[in-house]
Parts: sequence; structure tokens; C-alpha cells
Amino acid sequence: MIRNLGKYMFMLYHIFFKPEKFSVYWRRFLDEVVQLGVKSLFIVSLMSAFMGAVLVIQTATAIESAWIPDYTVGFTIKQSMLLEFCPTIISLILAGKVGSNIASELGSMRVTEQIDALEVMGVNSIGYLVGPKILAALFIFPIVIMYSMFFGFFGGGLVCYFTEIIPVKQYILGIRSFSEDNFVFIRYALTKTIVFAFIITSISSYYGYYLKGGALEVGKASTNAVVYSSIFILFANYILTQLMLI
Amino acid sequence: MIQVKNISKSFSGVEILNDISFVFEKGKTNLIIGKSGSGKSVLTKCIVGLLEPDIGDVFYDDIKFSSLKSQDKKKVRKQIGMLFQGSALFDSLTVEENVAFPLRMFTNMTEEEIIERVNFCLKRVNILNKNYLYPSEISGGMQKRVAIARAISMKPKYLFCDEPNSGLDPVTAIVIDELIQELTKEYQMTTIVITHDMNSVLEIGENILFIDSGVKKWEGNKEEILDVKVKELYDFVYVSKFLQKMKK
Repeated sequence: MIRNLGKYMFMLYHIFFKPEKFSVYWRRFLDEVVQLGVKSLFIVSLMSAFMGAVLVIQTATAIESAWIPDYTVGFTIKQSMLLEFCPTIISLILAGKVGSNIASELGSMRVTEQIDALEVMGVNSIGYLVGPKILAALFIFPIVIMYSMFFGFFGGGLVCYFTEIIPVKQYILGIRSFSEDNFVFIRYALTKTIVFAFIITSISSYYGYYLKGGALEVGKASTNAVVYSSIFILFANYILTQLMLI
Repeated sequence: MIQVKNISKSFSGVEILNDISFVFEKGKTNLIIGKSGSGKSVLTKCIVGLLEPDIGDVFYDDIKFSSLKSQDKKKVRKQIGMLFQGSALFDSLTVEENVAFPLRMFTNMTEEEIIERVNFCLKRVNILNKNYLYPSEISGGMQKRVAIARAISMKPKYLFCDEPNSGLDPVTAIVIDELIQELTKEYQMTTIVITHDMNSVLEIGENILFIDSGVKKWEGNKEEILDVKVKELYDFVYVSKFLQKMKK
């Protein structure tokens, strides 16, 4: 446990070494932005839209009462999306998609001696391989989450339009209501996202980079990356919520 | 010239290398030979600094490499080219990008100069018109040659080849061996080849170190190896019944 923590800290320390050549690292950063963020947009938009749609139906049927105004559905969707679904659930999904990708990529590089090749050349392999991944995730994940929020609201709106479960105008009114707290909620959501982005990329990189063995261990590293990223996301989620919302 | 002095290395109490000393000469193909698990790769990793020896020193010309700080080791490493057993080409980069990688990382050459140098190196290893293919799209022999092109792109003073012809057919293996020897003479590099292939030993072994169970058992050259008296090496060289008959 302590040994693993030490190796993890050692890895993080090496990320901040001066790059051999800034232009090469910049290109790696841009590649990782595409790899980790842009290529996740399709699955994120699909999941967010469907989740928004389902939430509208569930909320509308659950609070069917003459005493509760229709716009409550829109307000509930906004709160659920902003506070929990987009930052946490989407991050858990990204931990599966991006985390396993990072661990298997670095693990395969370790097995096929590509990391040794970098070291022999005199390249800081941690800085070159892991650094751009973490920085790219810190940059692109908040954008992906905002994109997810938009698609969540959009999915809910589509259900209102096609099923008329509540009027679209009421749904939009609900989303726009009590907007004085929106800034606090969005700040909370994006802070969580940044922390989760760091957890996903650093833990997955750790399991991939320090892999020992062959193809079987690549699979195990990939699984461990997803499991431990998810566990730490849940812990961090609780702690950040306690700190920022109470 | 690379010199190792009294190198020992253990893992979890198991001794892998025991008091190995040897001089790898400049402009020659120096071979480290021995059975699988004899400690050849561990010795090489100690020489290039991927592993720290428990005891002993490594000298690159007059520089005591084993006592350098990490940043100073990197300066020496920039003069090292290494061909790994599995080629270790970067999967996500094309052939051209692989060879250009150290040039882009460590030099201030313009893009035109880099491409010119890449094409020169690829031509030197007889790889033509494959610049935009990925490593997975070329054969094993080609991958080895691309890895050699990447290793020589920075005009290294020291070249390490870890089992350069493993997994190759005998004809391609000889081509790779000859290429390594030609490049060694051309650039006057100190080349170290790790192998257990007797064809390679007899083809390019100008200065040979034989290791058995982590212990240096013999040193010499390809002419001397056929008349060797050391039992472990004799068993290694004349392992096949056919060669034993020939010897008799």
C-alpha cells in the first residue's frame, strides 16, 4: 500500500520535470485532447440525451399532482443534471472508457519495451507519456461535461416536445427558474470534474506505466484502473459535496 | 569504448550477475552470448542504465556512467542507439515519425533537414517507400531495419542490439547482422550485440563475452570460439549432434 503510494507520488513528481522539447509535448497534449475528450463526445452525448429523456418521464409521472406546477420537472432535471448526473455519472463512464484505454495503452508500451526505448533515448518517459494525458484531461473534461449538460437538457426537451408529458415552455421555465444558484452549482460541478479527471488519468496511468508481465497483466491493469478510478471518484465525490455544498 | 568493472546484480536475493568485467571495443561488433536466463539482458540493462548494478561500475570512454546524476546520464544516453528484441517501434507513429522521433525531440533541425536525415537512414537500411506505413503494417524484418534506422538517426557513438535476429528467418537474420557490422565500421561505433544465435556469433563476433549463470566464463573472438575448451561454452557451441560429429 505505502510502496504503491510512493510509486504513484514518484510518477506525479516526474510529470513536472522540464520537457525536453516544448513543441513535441504540445503536439502530444493536442493529440490527447482529441483522444481523451473529442473521441468521447459521441458516447457522452448519447448517454446524456437518453438520461435526460428518462429523467423527464420518471419525474413527470412521479410528481403528477395539481398542487405541483409543471415547471418543477424542468427544475428537477436541472438540479439532477448539474449536481450529479453530468459530473459524476459521466465521469464514471469516462473512467471505464478513457481509464481502460490509458492503462492498456501504457501497459502495452511497457510490455513491448517502448517505454524502455524512450528511457534509453534519454526521454523522461513519465513526463512524455503521462503528463500530456493528465493535462489534456484537466482541460477537456470540463468541456465534455458542459456538453453533456446541454445534451441532457436537450434530451429532456425532446421528450416534452414529442410526448407532451409537460409543455416544452414549462420545461424550459423550470430549467431557467431559481437561476441565482446556477453559478454555484456549475462551479461545484466543474470542480468535481477537474478532480475526477485527475483521478481517472493519474490512476490509470499508474497501473499502465508500472505494469509487469505480459498480455494477461495488461488486461488486469486495465480492470484495476477502472475499478480504483471509480472507487476514488466516489470517495472524492462525497468529500467535495460535503465541502462545497454544506 | 565501453568498460564494465566488477558488475554484480541480484533480484530478491537471487544473484543474476556476479563480478563481470569486460571491455567493449570501439569500431568492433562486441557480442554478449549465453543461454537464455544467463544474465545477458540484465547486463545490458545495467550498461545502459535501465537497471542500477548492486556493485561495480560502467564507463563510457572516460566517463563513469554509473555514478552520474540522472540529468547527466541523459546526456550520455543521447549518444546511445538501441535496437530492442521486439523492435520497440512506437505503434502510434508511422515509420517516418519513428525514425524522426529522436531528431524532433533532441535537435533543432528544420523539418526539411529531419525528413532528409530520415530518408537517408531508411535508405541506408534498405527501407524504401514505406515512410507512411505503421509498424503493424510491415514485416518483422522490416521492423528491425526501421528500428536500426531510428537507432542510427542521431549518429550514436554506442549501439546496443538485443537479440537483433530473433524471430527472423536465417536469410533475413544474416542481412540484419551484416547491416549492424557495416554500420559499426561506417560510424566507428562501439556496438554491443546480445545473442544466442551461433550463426551471428560466427558471422560478426569480433569480440565475444560468454556468460553462464551470471558469471563470465570466456572471452575471445569468432576464430577462437570453435577451438574452445571451456565446458559450458563448448556445450553451448556444439549443442547439436550434427556439429558434434563435425567437430570430431
